[in-house]
Amino acid sequence: MATTTMLPAAGPNWVRRFVPWIRANLFNSVGNSIITVVVGGLVLWLVSALVKWGIIDAVWVAPNMRACQAEGTGACWAFVAEKWRFILFGRFPYDSQWRPALVTVLLFVLTGASFVPKLWRRETAYAWLAAILVSAILMYGGVLGLDYVPSDLWSGLPLTLILSLLSMILGFPLAVLLALGRRSNLPIIKIFCTASIEIMRGVPLITVLFMASLMLPLFLPPGFTVDKQLRALIAITLFLAAYQAEDVRAGLMALPKGQFEAADALGLSYWRKTKSIVLPQAITIVIPPLVGNLIGNFKNTSLVSIISLLDLMQTTQVALIDPNWRGLTSEAYLFLGVIYFAACFAMSRYSQWLERRLNKGKRR
Amino acid sequence: MAVSSIADKGSTTRSSDSRIWNNPTVRGVFWQIALIVAVVGSIYYLAHNAFENLERQHIASGFGFLDREAGFDISEKLVQYEPSDTYRDAFVVGLLNTFEVAGLGVVLATILGTLIGIARLSKNWLLSRMAQTYVELWRNLPLLLQLFFWYALLHVTAPGPRDAWHPLPGVFISNRGLMFPTPEANPTHKFMWIAFFVGIIATIALDWWGRKRQETTGKPFPIVGAGLGLIIGLPLIVFLATGAHMKLDLPSLQGFNFAGGASFSPELTALLIGLVVYTASYIAEIVRSGILAVNLGQSEAAGALGLRGGLILRLIVLPQALRIIIPPMTSQYLNLTKNSTLAVAIGFPDLVFVANTQMNQTGQAIEGIGIIMATYLAISLSISLLMNIYNARIALKGR
Repeated sequence: MATTTMLPAAGPNWVRRFVPWIRANLFNSVGNSIITVVVGGLVLWLVSALVKWGIIDAVWVAPNMRACQAEGTGACWAFVAEKWRFILFGRFPYDSQWRPALVTVLLFVLTGASFVPKLWRRETAYAWLAAILVSAILMYGGVLGLDYVPSDLWSGLPLTLILSLLSMILGFPLAVLLALGRRSNLPIIKIFCTASIEIMRGVPLITVLFMASLMLPLFLPPGFTVDKQLRALIAITLFLAAYQAEDVRAGLMALPKGQFEAADALGLSYWRKTKSIVLPQAITIVIPPLVGNLIGNFKNTSLVSIISLLDLMQTTQVALIDPNWRGLTSEAYLFLGVIYFAACFAMSRYSQWLERRLNKGKRR
Repeated sequence: MAVSSIADKGSTTRSSDSRIWNNPTVRGVFWQIALIVAVVGSIYYLAHNAFENLERQHIASGFGFLDREAGFDISEKLVQYEPSDTYRDAFVVGLLNTFEVAGLGVVLATILGTLIGIARLSKNWLLSRMAQTYVELWRNLPLLLQLFFWYALLHVTAPGPRDAWHPLPGVFISNRGLMFPTPEANPTHKFMWIAFFVGIIATIALDWWGRKRQETTGKPFPIVGAGLGLIIGLPLIVFLATGAHMKLDLPSLQGFNFAGGASFSPELTALLIGLVVYTASYIAEIVRSGILAVNLGQSEAAGALGLRGGLILRLIVLPQALRIIIPPMTSQYLNLTKNSTLAVAIGFPDLVFVANTQMNQTGQAIEGIGIIMATYLAISLSISLLMNIYNARIALKGR
């Protein structure tokens, strides 16, 4: 009889595998057992409270917030059900909102495709050019029977996506030039690039946005205006470029000197050397931090709401002003958080995967 | 003859090289002059436009406005300030508020981040997973969204003072902000301060003596324990000897609001929670990678040399881990300071908030933005200067 009780754990296969695991990882000492119980209790309490508030007691359908105000009701998802189209597409004409929706899907698919190393080819760049053209047609309209929509009605998710993707596409070449300039032997170019990078990195993004929104109009010739979306885009692009320039510079510095010397020995000109030998290697080294910057940039575009652009953040703020749906901030921000989190989490996981993949060849 | 094609190519290059515009030095000088001309030209053009615009819109220029009456009140201030004070005073109030948030934020974020970084390395699966979830959750959400969330939680969702949340004794959270107790001043407390400083000086002296003794006799002296005992123990003895005068000034509900204790406004509380929670998720990863980066062989070798646990940590592991941890940590502190400018979105009167008000009132955007940029550049550049000096000092030498 004693032998049967000595057996580790009877029962189905998964129990036999999991009981030792739980013992080894959760209850292997008195201290750890206490930690497990305390942390586990906290997690259970938090999760059950969230489930009760967000699912069990939640109100899913209601004409206005009054139904949500009854005692003991949880989350008011009826608000999100009512407002999701405004939050996603903002002031874009309601009947034409399939156009920004299409643009969003197109940009998401293309961004996803660009993350696949097999597709890092010239054709993908052409696809981006085509996508920008198609997006512009869909957003502006005015041709092919589409109604014209001025750019100050662009809002919500498409605006956030356009700002973050365009700033990246425009900012990266600038970043490469700044990084090369900072590594240059020509003193004036070096000083100029170093100063530009350090000034941009030394100030908060919000000051750069204020510069674009409040100061830039003063510096333009009288009667000449630039719309505020474009001004914000310029600010974000310059800001991102300074940070990416430092990433690229790290790649340039990590490249063995022999590569530069060999290129010089072949008699290649500076630009030939840079284009064919230096940049392809230097940029490959720093792809993971560059993706990290993309995540940061995507989160940073939310700051344009402070200079009252109708991005995803600001459409949510506007939706919350509606007197029929007052005070439902947690629901609105949770909805918004899910969108931002999904995009950023996917990108950060991708970056980790890419780093492992790029390091595979080096780890011998 | 196979050589000839290369030789041909070489000769053509050489012949074109002799032309003046193919000389690298000449090219370099040309491009640099072109850059100077372009920069000076655009500055001249932009300045010319700015003058014309300012004149047309009747906006004054220069920093004369700093001496004029600001005319707006600031809800939170560490120094005396009235709406009738000057813009210069308003900027000082804003700057001090920025320093307050940055200082408190850095300390709290370091504590929270270090705890989570260590929890992430715990052998307890549940704890390390929860720490990982924390990191992944907060760093993948925009800080602005987090600030709006915390602010709404305090400002909209939180109850009024009458049914305030009461998480700890003496701590209240309501839509008026965070109320917490403070120790009531007592004349005997100044003796405790004296004892505290005596403890610090005694520890320094003891450390010096201990080192000397170890050099001559080889006997180590337990300076960490002795020092802590002196610095904490001496004030404690004085505290007990003077009759243990300690009374907490507890916040309590009086009428419609709290009286007593100290309080943080909802804006400051939300800003602090947001900045600390967000920055801690980055600090946790820095701490974790710093600890992991110190090779296990290092502590094993130290053990083989006969060093004991505490000494291994202090002499071998920490110096190496800190070399990795401190530079990224400093840049996180800088980020926190720069991120505190998002205060303007939830209405906490930091430097940017004050400048924004000034720009709206006077229209002098160039000066206002100039002040903010100069301030942040001064902070950033002086910290990177210190960082460069530090890095040069701790850099691995002699390899």
